[in-house]
Formats: sequence, C-alpha cells, structure tokens
Amino acid sequence: MAQAAAVAKPPAPPRRRRASATPRRLPYLLIAPAALLMLGFIAYPVISVFYYSLQNYNPTKPWRNGYAGFDNFTKIFTDDPAFWDTLTFSAKWVFVEVGLQLLFGLALALIVNQTFVGRALGRAMVFSPWAVSGVLTSAIWVLLYNSQTGITRYLADMGIGSYGTSWLSDTSTVFPAAIVADLWRGVPFFAILILADLQSVSKDLYEAAEVDGASRLKQFWHITLPHLKDAIVLSTLLRAVWEFNNVDLLYTLTGGGPAGETTTLPLYIANTSVDAHNFGYASALTTVAFVILLFCSMVYLRLSKFGGEDK
Amino acid sequence: MSIKEATPVVSETRKSPPPPRPKARQRAWDDVPRWQIYLPLGIYLLFTLIPFYWILLFALRPTGSTSLVPWPMTFDHFEKVWTEREFGTYFQNSVLVGVATLVMTTLVALAGGYALARFNFKIKRAFMLGLLCSQFVPGALLLVPLFEIFAKIQMINSLGSVIIAETVFQLPLSIILISNFIKNVPPSLEEAAWVDGCNRFTAFRIVVLPLLRPGLIAVGSFAFVHSWNHFLFALMFLNNPEKQTIPVGLNTLMGADSVDLGALAAGGIIAAVPVVLVFAFIQKWLITGFSAGAVKG
Repeated sequence: MAQAAAVAKPPAPPRRRRASATPRRLPYLLIAPAALLMLGFIAYPVISVFYYSLQNYNPTKPWRNGYAGFDNFTKIFTDDPAFWDTLTFSAKWVFVEVGLQLLFGLALALIVNQTFVGRALGRAMVFSPWAVSGVLTSAIWVLLYNSQTGITRYLADMGIGSYGTSWLSDTSTVFPAAIVADLWRGVPFFAILILADLQSVSKDLYEAAEVDGASRLKQFWHITLPHLKDAIVLSTLLRAVWEFNNVDLLYTLTGGGPAGETTTLPLYIANTSVDAHNFGYASALTTVAFVILLFCSMVYLRLSKFGGEDK
Repeated sequence: MSIKEATPVVSETRKSPPPPRPKARQRAWDDVPRWQIYLPLGIYLLFTLIPFYWILLFALRPTGSTSLVPWPMTFDHFEKVWTEREFGTYFQNSVLVGVATLVMTTLVALAGGYALARFNFKIKRAFMLGLLCSQFVPGALLLVPLFEIFAKIQMINSLGSVIIAETVFQLPLSIILISNFIKNVPPSLEEAAWVDGCNRFTAFRIVVLPLLRPGLIAVGSFAFVHSWNHFLFALMFLNNPEKQTIPVGLNTLMGADSVDLGALAAGGIIAAVPVVLVFAFIQKWLITGFSAGAVKG
C-alpha cells in the first residue's frame, strides 16, 4: 500500500508540501466536529442551566414562570434541608467509595503485577466487573440482597442472621450494602489504571534498591508510590467527580431510599427536575453542585501538588 | 494481529516493554512468596465471582428453586425475557447505539487528537481547557436542557439522540487519550513519508494509524462499553418501548411490583455477554493502551 501510493505520486518537493498543505486551516478543520458537538451539546446546555437557575421555570405551572433573580439560590442555602442532607450524603459516599476503591485497587494492581502462574486469567477475572454497567450491578446485587432467596437466606440457614433480612430496605444496613455493590464494580477501574502505570516503573530502580538492601516495603514507599503519584491523583479526581455525578447505581439499587437515606445531590436534582418538573430550581441546584465540584477539584489539585516539582 | 506486534510501539517510547508472559528473568522483586499472591487474590476473586455465579444461578434454575447449583437447568427465563419482555429488540437497539457511538467517537477524536498532537494553533489552549472542564460537567444534570435540545431538533424517541449524547460525553477523554498516543509516535516517521511523496492524510493512514492500534482499541472499546451500559440518556430520550435499550429494560424488570428474579437474572446475562466478550478481547490492549498514553499528560 505504501509503495503504491508513493509510486503513483510524482516526486513532490518534500519540505514545500508541508507549507502548502493548508496548514493554517487544517487544525481548525480537524477539531471542528468535536468542537461543534461539544458546543452544541455541552456548552449550550450548561449555559442554559445557568440561565434557568435565575428563573422560575416549571412547565406544569406556566403562570409562575419568569425572572426570579437569586430567589432559587437563597432558597437552597436557607430553606432547603434536603439540599444539605443530600450534599452531606454525597460527600460521604464519594469519600468512602473513592478511598476504598483506591486502597483495594492499588493492592490488587500490585498483586497482579507480580509474575505468577495463571496471571492472565487472574487479571481478566479480577478486572471483569469494570465492564459491567451500573444497572446490571444493581440487578446482580438486588438478587444477592433480596430477602427470600438472597445471600442472607443461606446465611440464615447456616445460623448467621435471621430470615427475611433485606439489607437494602433497612436504614442501618443500606449504606454498607450499597457501598459494597459499588466497590465490586469500582475497584477494577483503579486496578487497571494503576497497573498500567506500574508498567513504566524502571526496573533499574528496584535493582539499585535491592543492592542497597532496601526492604520491599521501603521499595514500595520510595520507588513505586512516588512513581504512581500523578496517576493516583488524577484517577482519584476523575473517579471522585464520576462517583459524585453518577446516579445509575443508586437510582436503580435503592432509588435513593429507604426514606431518602441514600439520596445523593444529583439524585435529588434529577427528582426535582424529572418528577417535580421544577426546572428552575433544579438548574440552580445544578449550578451549585457544579461550583462545589469545581472548587473541590481545584483545592485537591493544589493540595496534592499535581505534576509538581519533578516535572 | 498479535499483541507482540503492537507492544513495540509502547516500548519504543517508554523504554519498558510490559512482559506479556511470565519470563525467565526473575529477580528479588518478583520473589514474593506464592501464598502472598494467591491468598489475597483468591479472596478477592471470591468477591468478584460470587455475584456473577449468583446471577447465572438465578437465570438457569427454575422459578422457586432454592438449589445452589443450577440443576435441573432451564432456559425458560431467557426465552421469556427475549420474546415477551422484548429483550430481542432492546438488544438490537443497544448494539446499534454501541457501534454507532464507537465509530463516531473514534473518528471525531482521531481528528481532534491529531490536531492537538501535531499543530500549534490559536485556540488550542481554549480547546484543551474546554476538554478538561467538560470532565466536570455531569451529564445527568444536563438532562433537562439536553431533552429540550433534542425536542427542538425532533430527535426525541430516535436512537440518534442517545448516540449523539453518548458520543459527546465520551469525546473529551477520548481526544486527550488519542492525542497522547499520537504524541508518542515520533513525527519523523510521518515526515519520512512526506519525503516519499505521501500527503498528510496518506502518511497518517499508512504510518501513524497502524501504530495507534492499541490506543484506538482502548478508546473504541471504552466508547462501546460506556454507551452499552449507560442508562439515563436512553431512559430520558426514548419513550417508545420499541426504541429502548437493554439497561432501560433491566430497570423496568427491577421496578416491577413483584420482581421476577429469574427474568431479571436472564436479562442481566444478556446485558453482560457482549461487554464481557469485548472485555475479554481487549483486556491486554487496555493496559498497554493506558500505559502508553493515558493518565500522564
């Protein structure tokens, strides 16, 4: 193929081509499709969310629609306990979920980075929940947690716990139950990213450390961890944003219940806009969520000195 | 086609070829006692595999059975879900959405990524900033304005709306990844092809594209798996049962008053099979692809 193309063309002056091949416009043409799609379907909706946040906008109550100033925001901060409740729960959810996922993901990556018999199969099996959707994860854990034929029944058969326990409808067990379900799917994400980054640790460093008699723990602490730092910072950040925003799992697993116990802020926003049709207020909530997210991300990147001195 | 062919790309630029198979050269770092590998791995595997076994169990044993092995085996649940619960239709729709998203994301991201990797232009920084910022934009929170846009252009109830929405939210990360992959290909290779008389596009196709294979597989499969799995857009934009996708179907099964656990499990298996197959195929490329370009800007 290469030869054919090369032969078909008359030998063109090599360096000239570059200048004549519309280099000025080409990059713009190349980014145009992506830029247009993102302007139309991300930027425009974001701007309209900002716009609606200053409006009373409810399609079911058109007589009240109109400019509302900062009323929506005032209400959020002074007169909406659900906002604070769901925000607190979101923070708790993200913190616990990302922390545990990182911990297990790191451990798992270190294990499957070793050389051992059955590694390929082990990796494939351990990583497989990554590909599974939030809804399917819910379906699986609904089957596991259901009171009649779920895992509790068999535990009860063995004398652990009592029959008819449903972890998802009890306010004291629903949080750990949902956390475990999401861990099942979330750990492989970290394991994959960290394993990928482990591939690029120079073996020489370990050899040198070995010569100096450094223990394995020391090697991990002084070689592996610093190498992984940027990857860890970035993946925890991406994951935290993702965990904050993602509603698939909780929406289908608990529906935010029981008694609003597992409602995250985005879930609350979705309910406000979809069920209550209160678009103006939901937009204001979205704006607040967006600002919080951006602020936390900045602080996190600053604190972790991302891409710091050594770069 | 083999992985061995593809890995040199990475090793060339990163100087550390990931050993795809256990090799003879072992050192103290690898001298971890075996039980320290197998014991935690085994425990974690139980946590990973029991849920999979559980759903398989429910899908294959007759309704009402409490046996812990799927015997006698029955395929009634699958038949029921596939025909009565329309999972056949959902499956088709999901495949269509997944493949279309994969193709669109890859093509658009390839163009954008190439521009970022090989050119300096005025709005480059703004474009990069836009890509990064859009990572923080929660798709779920844009449902209402997105719905209004699609209503305006008459795409509600058309799979096109879901395909566009999935592609758009897949793009930022894909472009960043692909531009990093392209940066790892030395520009001199391309320049050599220009000297031989290829134009930019031909040079790209012949020289760069084959080297991008692991990265493209990672990005493409990401797009496919995400759009296959994602549920909110389909739930919001597609009201017609004939247009819905598998995750929405699963959600409907879960939401029913008395959940038919066998049907739910069978539906879950149907939802899992394509992604698990894709995953099994791309698993190794995923690690290579990521270590080549991903996390490190």
